[in-house]
Amino acid sequence: MQSEGRPTSTTKIIALPDRRRGEGLATLALRRFRRKKLAMAGLALILAFYLTGILAPLLAPYSYSAQNLDASFERPSAEHWLGTDRLGRDMLSRIIWGARTSVIVSAMSVITGTLFLGTALGVLAGYLGGKVDTLIMRVADIFLAFPEILLVILIAATLRPRMIGVIQNFEDATGFKGLVESGAADYFLIFGALSVFSWVGIARLIRGQILSLKEREYVLAARSLGASTRRIMFLHLFPNTINLLIVMVTAGLGGSIGAELTLSWLGIGIQPPTASLGVMIWENQSLSQLQTHPHVLLSVITLVTVVFFAFQIFGDGLNDALNPRAR
Amino acid sequence: MLAYLIRRLLFAPIILLFVTFFTFVLGHYGPGDPVVILMGQQNNPEVVERIRKERGLDRPLLPTLENWSVFPPALSVQPGQYVDYIWKVLQGDLGESSTLFRGQQVSKLLFQKIAVSAQLGLLSLLIGVSLGMILGLAAAQNQGKWIDPAIVTSALFLSSLPIFVLQPFLVLVFVRWLHILPTSGWGGILDPRIIMPAIVMSLGPIGIITRLMRSSTLEVITQDYVRTARSKGLPELAVRIHHIGRNSILPIFTVVGLSLATLVGGSFVTETLFGIPGVGRLAVDSFFARDYPIIMAFVLITAVAYFIANLIVDIGYSYLDPRIRLN
Repeated sequence: MQSEGRPTSTTKIIALPDRRRGEGLATLALRRFRRKKLAMAGLALILAFYLTGILAPLLAPYSYSAQNLDASFERPSAEHWLGTDRLGRDMLSRIIWGARTSVIVSAMSVITGTLFLGTALGVLAGYLGGKVDTLIMRVADIFLAFPEILLVILIAATLRPRMIGVIQNFEDATGFKGLVESGAADYFLIFGALSVFSWVGIARLIRGQILSLKEREYVLAARSLGASTRRIMFLHLFPNTINLLIVMVTAGLGGSIGAELTLSWLGIGIQPPTASLGVMIWENQSLSQLQTHPHVLLSVITLVTVVFFAFQIFGDGLNDALNPRAR
Repeated sequence: MLAYLIRRLLFAPIILLFVTFFTFVLGHYGPGDPVVILMGQQNNPEVVERIRKERGLDRPLLPTLENWSVFPPALSVQPGQYVDYIWKVLQGDLGESSTLFRGQQVSKLLFQKIAVSAQLGLLSLLIGVSLGMILGLAAAQNQGKWIDPAIVTSALFLSSLPIFVLQPFLVLVFVRWLHILPTSGWGGILDPRIIMPAIVMSLGPIGIITRLMRSSTLEVITQDYVRTARSKGLPELAVRIHHIGRNSILPIFTVVGLSLATLVGGSFVTETLFGIPGVGRLAVDSFFARDYPIIMAFVLITAVAYFIANLIVDIGYSYLDPRIRLN
């Protein structure tokens, strides 16, 4: 609809001045990227954040829910590096566990929503065209018609009790214990709701890319050699969308971290006492507490700010390295 | 053009039906019975049942056939709750609030709240568009220097940050240390309490507009007609306004057009955070109170607003840039 109407920049053959003889485009992109110090710093920060999340049980000095009411609102000390909150819970441990929530939710929703659903539907719609294309894109239009993150909120809020029921049945049937307590239901719910929503953007982009790619000579050549539709789609077209995909995955990770924060902040996402950065911000945001004990909130929002900044500079560097023409 | 318009308009009711149906079903099968919430502590099962009956909440969701028999031939159709709802909406009746503002007309409520959200949205859009255009132009004119990426990256970073992460920093600086801004509340567009939420909300558009303005300016200044205009001796200001300005503003138009829809939808986070009695806040509140008539009306109205905004953008595009043909 909209995207079809706009003039696309005519494809120009641009010499890549810094390309070495015999060098592949991937190594060229990698070399370009490694030159960018800021983007490398962003990547390092993101990796550190994800590692922290993955290794949370080993790194966190205390449990995220262990309370000590005698030690509420303690200032940072050797015992509690970032102090304690109102219930005397160690802030460092809670932040580390909160990072784990962000990591799990963002990774899962990007894998299912962006990588799996979005790419598959985008490639299908773009290459097959016709009725398949119309169907997929009209469904996308419907999803886009929901304002903001309302759809995610609707799904997350209404399906939560059912999700918990399903997991309880699963526990009873298999003998696994502690899934409900660990907040697994919330994780599934949030990333499920986010992936239902997040395929739309990437599917549209990939479709656009495929639409222009499939008119190229090499696709015609492959087809005239008798290549099957599946072969053309996955061996000829899909690899050429990888640049776009890498950029979208990065953006998607940042975006879903933000969405999880917002949902949990609104009280619809991860439920206390499970640690989530969004819940922690909400718990400590009162004006009076900001007056008396700002350090509790400041440590959380500083971390979030740094992570978002890291995603921004990493994404910018990636974009420059992968799409040199888009400058 | 006309055919395009008709096709879009024909598709609109289908989208709206899907959107409302989806919300309706989620609400129907979601947790929490509005009548039980309404009754509070002393809920008498008999009374609950009576109220459910009075409001027609005990009827099936979808049209069903009732009391049919072959001999004597008899058949009656029960239209079901969803069809009834749509029928009422078509007559302009959005129903009454069921729990939150018990018995009040939803249309009246929404109208009041939209008036509040629209004021805030308009102000933040004004700030966002003007600052974004200035920043984008500044970045484009400094292409190749460090200022360019610095402007774009920081604008995008700030717009990616959740509002509730940014707010504590602002409160600490402007309220606690400088004592120049009030923190929260609402007093209309002329009250100083609107400043902080408006600034925070404007960051979203600022990021997008800065990037768009920069890239479209860069594209326009290399065009032949700009060189021609300069070489035929037009004053620089005229070239900037008539040749560069008019053409680079095109993409901005999309963002502004689409943002017009948020004037109607408000913002969940900003309004909750700053205690502003707008539509976004109403939606969140009615969500927790299971006030489905309000939620349905909210979804319906925002979906219509998004649809209209999209349409205006597409049509405006083909008007501003005659090369674009709608199909």
